[in-house]
Amino acid sequence: MTELTYREAVRQAHKDALNADERVFLMGEDVGQYGGCYAVSKGLLEEFGPERIRDTPLSESGFTGAGIGAALGGMRPIVEIMTVNFSLLALDQILNNAATIRHMSGGQFNVPLVIRMATGAGRQLAAQHSHSLEGWYAHIPGLKVLTPATIDDAYGMLGAALADPDPVLIFENVMLYNRPGILEARVADIASAAVRRPGKDITLITYGGSLWKTLEAAETLAAEGIDAEVIDLRVLRPLDNAAILASVAKTRRAVVIDEGWRSGSLAAEVSARIMEGAFWELDAPVGRVCTAEVPIPYPKHLEDAALPQAPVIVAAAKSAIG
Amino acid sequence: MTTEKTNTKLHLDRSLALERLKAMIRIRRFEEKCAELYTQEKIRGFLHLYVGEEAIAAGVMPALDAEDAVVATYREHGHALVRGVPMNAVMAEMYGKAEGCSRGRGGSMHLFHEPTRFYGGNAIVGGGLPIAVGLALADKMLESKRVTACFFGEGAAAEGEFHESLNLAALWKLPVLFICENNLYAMGTALARSESETDIHAKAASYQIQSESVDGMNVVDVESAARRAVAAIRAGQGPYFLEYRTYRFRAHSMFDAQLYRDAQEIKEWEAKGPIVRFQDWAEAANLIHPDDVEKIEADVASEIAAAAAFAEAGTWEPVADLTRDVITGGKQ
Ligand SMILES: Cc1ncc(C[n+]2csc(CCOP(=O)(O)OP(=O)(O)O)c2C)c(N)n1
Repeated sequence: MTELTYREAVRQAHKDALNADERVFLMGEDVGQYGGCYAVSKGLLEEFGPERIRDTPLSESGFTGAGIGAALGGMRPIVEIMTVNFSLLALDQILNNAATIRHMSGGQFNVPLVIRMATGAGRQLAAQHSHSLEGWYAHIPGLKVLTPATIDDAYGMLGAALADPDPVLIFENVMLYNRPGILEARVADIASAAVRRPGKDITLITYGGSLWKTLEAAETLAAEGIDAEVIDLRVLRPLDNAAILASVAKTRRAVVIDEGWRSGSLAAEVSARIMEGAFWELDAPVGRVCTAEVPIPYPKHLEDAALPQAPVIVAAAKSAIG
Repeated sequence: MTTEKTNTKLHLDRSLALERLKAMIRIRRFEEKCAELYTQEKIRGFLHLYVGEEAIAAGVMPALDAEDAVVATYREHGHALVRGVPMNAVMAEMYGKAEGCSRGRGGSMHLFHEPTRFYGGNAIVGGGLPIAVGLALADKMLESKRVTACFFGEGAAAEGEFHESLNLAALWKLPVLFICENNLYAMGTALARSESETDIHAKAASYQIQSESVDGMNVVDVESAARRAVAAIRAGQGPYFLEYRTYRFRAHSMFDAQLYRDAQEIKEWEAKGPIVRFQDWAEAANLIHPDDVEKIEADVASEIAAAAAFAEAGTWEPVADLTRDVITGGKQ
């Protein structure tokens, strides 16, 4: 058990996947010579060569589609898109092809493709590099949407995604790359949510970069005698309904913390599911802490103010408890 | 569909002439039947007919091997038929029946067929090109000799995905055969109204891709060019681009009033249509005889009647299976 960063865990997962299966290769902008825009793939080019650590031109749609084709053709590609904002240039391929081909072909063809991208704010990268659109992607049937928040998931989810016969999107929150931790479990499931902190008074439901802020909020609440359960959704599609409902049935209160914008958000979906499945168990309306409805601003204080932060989560939890 | 490995040269004898003529007539009559079935509301949704352009599918497919892959557009009935997707399965798909080649989930625009490596039926203009690039990338990485043939209209040349794909294919020297079916109109938009450079094959050349512009109304020229191109690709020369000049005789889809072109223009093109032209030529050259054509027509008519009956007798997938095949082995 060695300490490593989230970035190193993702990198190690790539190495192990590349070594384990010749069909696996990584492609994307600057994944090779540059070492990856967030340095995830640093050193891989030297180890695996330019065929398998494949630099692409600035052609998000072209190389994402090429990933789909290569997956159809028998390979196990990992496509890296620099950030979720740029994935919009590949949205046609992701939605109209990756997510539909299995269905449109009546089950004849499947697309075992993994697409990874950075998501989230916090680095003052302003309004074209900071958004959290994983909730959008979770809207799309035919895709699986993963949001690793821990070292174990940063490592294990890649292997699980590669083993999946269908397209899987992995969203890596940019604030997590430098986070250190111990790699304990090498195998991750990509079907269930995880209880990251058991508690009995309220359920705090979150994922990705917000997990750590939520855990911090839970400690603050604990100091004030409120015992919060923290659920890490881990997988945004398909959602682990059972885990959400089981926890809410126990605590009777819930707040959803989501780095996406509030309107039409994943938090809205989770809240609706609680309403549908646990309405009679609830002692309070479901609360939400989301990003303010503004393109992410550049100045630090405004960026911080736009995002879910621990004090706001604490306040939302207290207000649910009354 | 031919499967011989060394099919680079075209020897135009009687049997080949009959085969090509039959391929074209088969598409033409099939689609005429589809149009009729459309008015009877047996076939619904969008229906894009290939009438006038048959020489391209009929000429390109024989240049491919069974292991090669095909990526096509929403105007792909002809491609599917010549590639070897059974007519019954194509017709049943048009009806949306469970016996269709995509189990009814795709319809006219999304014909898929794993046994012939027919990867759709893509109804996003330009959307198939990156997939073809990826299929070819897989082949290259797997050191296979397979070729991926990608069909699209000239309208796709305006899309970013066209340029991204040509660049990738050329940069990585991938075994892709790009086939532009230039029928002069993208729906109602004439080429000159949408492109600053109307010479499509010149665009490909600018990406350092070997490219040719070919008469797409002449099935012999189509096939010769395709064999040349496939041979070059298999020899490891990277992608190849063929622009076939052609014309669509029918409306873009069944919803098109064709306000953008006049009837005279269509008439002129019809007079030099791929079927009349090849048939007249082959008869004059004594390769085929009028009773050959009668036999082809009769065979095709009975095949189409059987396909329509097959589709008619087909079954509707139960609604309980609605969310089948969204993800592998389960429902989402
Ligand atoms: C991305 C996209 N934009 C618009 C359309 C609507 N549309 C369908 S076919 C078509 C014209 C395409 O023309 P062309 O590529 O020349 O092919 P053709 O239909 O002539 O065979 C258009 C605009 C579409 N399907 N996809």
